[in-house]
Amino acid sequence: MTDVQTETPVTPAAAPKKRPIAWPLGLAGAVFVIVGSCLSWSYDGSILNNLSINFYPGGLQILAIIVAVVSLVLLVLDKGKLGWWLDTTAGLRSLGTGLAFFMVLVLAAISVESDGLINVNPGGYITLVGALLLAVAAWLMPLRHGLRDMSKAKSPAWAEIAAIALLMAALLFTAAYALGLDDAWLFILCLVFIATIAVGLFRTGAMSWVSHAGQRHRKVLTLASFAVAFLFPFTQDGSDANMSIATSVLVFAATAMGLNIVVGLAGLLDLGYIAFLGSGAYVAATLSQSAFATIGWKPPFLVVVLVGACVAALLGLVIGSPTLRVSGDYLAIVTLGFGEIFRFAMFNLDGNNGPNLTNGPNGIPGIPDLELFGFNFGAVHHPFGIELGRFSNYYFLLLVLTGGVILVFSRLNSSRIGRGWVAIREDEKAAEAMGVNVFGLKLLAFAVGAFLAGLAGTIKAHQDGAVSPDQYMFLESAFLLAAIVLGGMGTIAGVLLGATILKLLPEKLRFFSEYRLLLFGITLVLMMRFRPEGLVASRRRQLEFHEEDEKLADEVEHQLVEEAK
Amino acid sequence: MTESTEDKPLTAMLEVRNLEVAYGKIVAVKQISFSVEQGQVVSLIGTNGAGKTTTLRTISGLLRPTQGEIWFQGERIDNVAAHDIVTRGLAHSPEGRRIFPRLTVEENLLLGAFSRRDPAGVRTDLDSAYDLFPILGERRKQPAGTFSGGEQQMLAMGRAMMSRPKLMMLDEPSMGLSPIMMKRIMSTVTELQRQGTTILLVEQNAQAALKRADYGYVLEVGQIKLSGTGRELLVNDDVRKAYLGED
Repeated sequence: MTDVQTETPVTPAAAPKKRPIAWPLGLAGAVFVIVGSCLSWSYDGSILNNLSINFYPGGLQILAIIVAVVSLVLLVLDKGKLGWWLDTTAGLRSLGTGLAFFMVLVLAAISVESDGLINVNPGGYITLVGALLLAVAAWLMPLRHGLRDMSKAKSPAWAEIAAIALLMAALLFTAAYALGLDDAWLFILCLVFIATIAVGLFRTGAMSWVSHAGQRHRKVLTLASFAVAFLFPFTQDGSDANMSIATSVLVFAATAMGLNIVVGLAGLLDLGYIAFLGSGAYVAATLSQSAFATIGWKPPFLVVVLVGACVAALLGLVIGSPTLRVSGDYLAIVTLGFGEIFRFAMFNLDGNNGPNLTNGPNGIPGIPDLELFGFNFGAVHHPFGIELGRFSNYYFLLLVLTGGVILVFSRLNSSRIGRGWVAIREDEKAAEAMGVNVFGLKLLAFAVGAFLAGLAGTIKAHQDGAVSPDQYMFLESAFLLAAIVLGGMGTIAGVLLGATILKLLPEKLRFFSEYRLLLFGITLVLMMRFRPEGLVASRRRQLEFHEEDEKLADEVEHQLVEEAK
Repeated sequence: MTESTEDKPLTAMLEVRNLEVAYGKIVAVKQISFSVEQGQVVSLIGTNGAGKTTTLRTISGLLRPTQGEIWFQGERIDNVAAHDIVTRGLAHSPEGRRIFPRLTVEENLLLGAFSRRDPAGVRTDLDSAYDLFPILGERRKQPAGTFSGGEQQMLAMGRAMMSRPKLMMLDEPSMGLSPIMMKRIMSTVTELQRQGTTILLVEQNAQAALKRADYGYVLEVGQIKLSGTGRELLVNDDVRKAYLGED
């Protein structure tokens, strides 16, 4: 995988206890899984995309084979030179355990979907046994000590770039594949597979190499991510089902990224952020060509975007200037109230109480599709002979928007203003003594955040085709905040990931919808217990939550030095 | 020993006149007046609760006075915003150091230079801060919270220096430090004075503060009880009894 340039050859410290049986056992397990997966798993061919044919593995069987092959690779590497770098034991443990869990779920799925375990064919059991063997073998293997520091692994630039490209391609393929699964069991099993592989790669340290490579080639990584996002609609065969989910994910992600400026950078808890998205959407709706629009002025969309964003920013200033002088809890309460006031105002501005701006609870339906520079967003287009439907058009527009918001976020983050925000977040009083204009910068964060949300709102109105007050409930603000906390406050990748998870899972797991909030709550509690800094943690927050961990402090310091070079 | 400085002409770098500061109904500082001349080290000593920190916080604009005037370099600043005061060349190293523990040394120092807009000059000053405190240079990428008290104090002083102040106010730099570290910090104060920075030093440790002071004021329950040159105050009987633990 890598050309390793070592300065001094260091032999790994002697392992504490060798169990010679572990390695062959693992090998046998992997082989069992592969063989078992080639055989039929289920008697019933009508479920789980047909796992019933011998020597013609279906989707789930291929997933099992992939895990087994990765395990085989790790087993081989364990004996070789790369074993000094990769924590193969930890990787195998998570792969084995994950695969065993996967197989148990498969058998459960077969017995639930069909009629009981009677429908499981020998192949299924062989694979389960193989997975269990692999897991047991991995737990028997000694933990590795004296591993080399992955951050010191250097490899040729082309290899690193190729690895990034490969990973991104895999990401695109996986996303397209997972979204194509319309059976809930298949989708969940696919998620288990993704989690198993991801945790396995992280545990071995392979991902740490990739992330170091990514830091060295940041531009390549950014470009590749956008290329993947850009190519996604082309994998959908003109189907709008997944694209409608993807566009709503993008609206959510762009809004969450705007809130990330307020919460993640400036440290201001805003519980009514959805109102800014709403005000942008309502501005776009009332100024649109809809027959229900209440304002006679019909400016071109680019003007509407500006007006919507400015109205939202103005609202941000109005709500911010009296409240940002108070700290923490008060701000949260005031913004919470503001969010609800916005919703009720939209509900009541129906002509009975005051002017008719919003048509009250009916909202403004019939908002026509956008038309920019002669490009109709409602029409189906065929670039390169590939059909792209209505949602794909909006998807591209929203992708540009999201990219813009990310750009604003990262530029602000590394600017003088960003440093001021960090200082305010860390210690407001000290920041003031340093000459940071605390009130001014807080207000700016609020206004910028509101502006970006308003921007997203104007597009959202056209994409949804209608606005109504109940789209902007408090729950939506809470979800936005949850996406940030879950993903990793103040980070870009984390918030994108959090937003994707929070928007995608409920859409794909519709049959869970009654338990959605329960599951969501449990997830948040577990996260706060085990990984309070979020899935993707910024270094600073890691320190905040694990202050006692000296090893981590050393690592962080090392990373910082690395970055400074 | 002079009593007050009522009608002196405005020649001093910092001039505080009849300053009164209250927290609600509790008056913490009552009608105090003092001045700091250019190039001097002036000490403000007093026990806990005497109003020393309140005075500094009011001068740097973090608190608003209920009465009185503050003049800095011939301009009235008692109604100017805190961030503007820093820009005018008055730095404040707050009580308890208040460094940013999760930020690195370098990030802390750069925040000290927040009011400045000359990146090249900031770079130079960063280097001179590292020259003055080599330990900061060695650990520039380390989170500041991992430092000892003395190192944190060095960082706090370095951070205050980064705004290139004409007048630096230090609030109890010796608090919680070992005698050796305290000596080190105090000699830095002298060094800063030599480099041309005027210093207003607030201390509970009267001995250390007065030894290096050109002039000193003794604050008691919000009022200035005594003033004089550092030497005068050091040998003053009342001061010796109250602050130097001698009979």
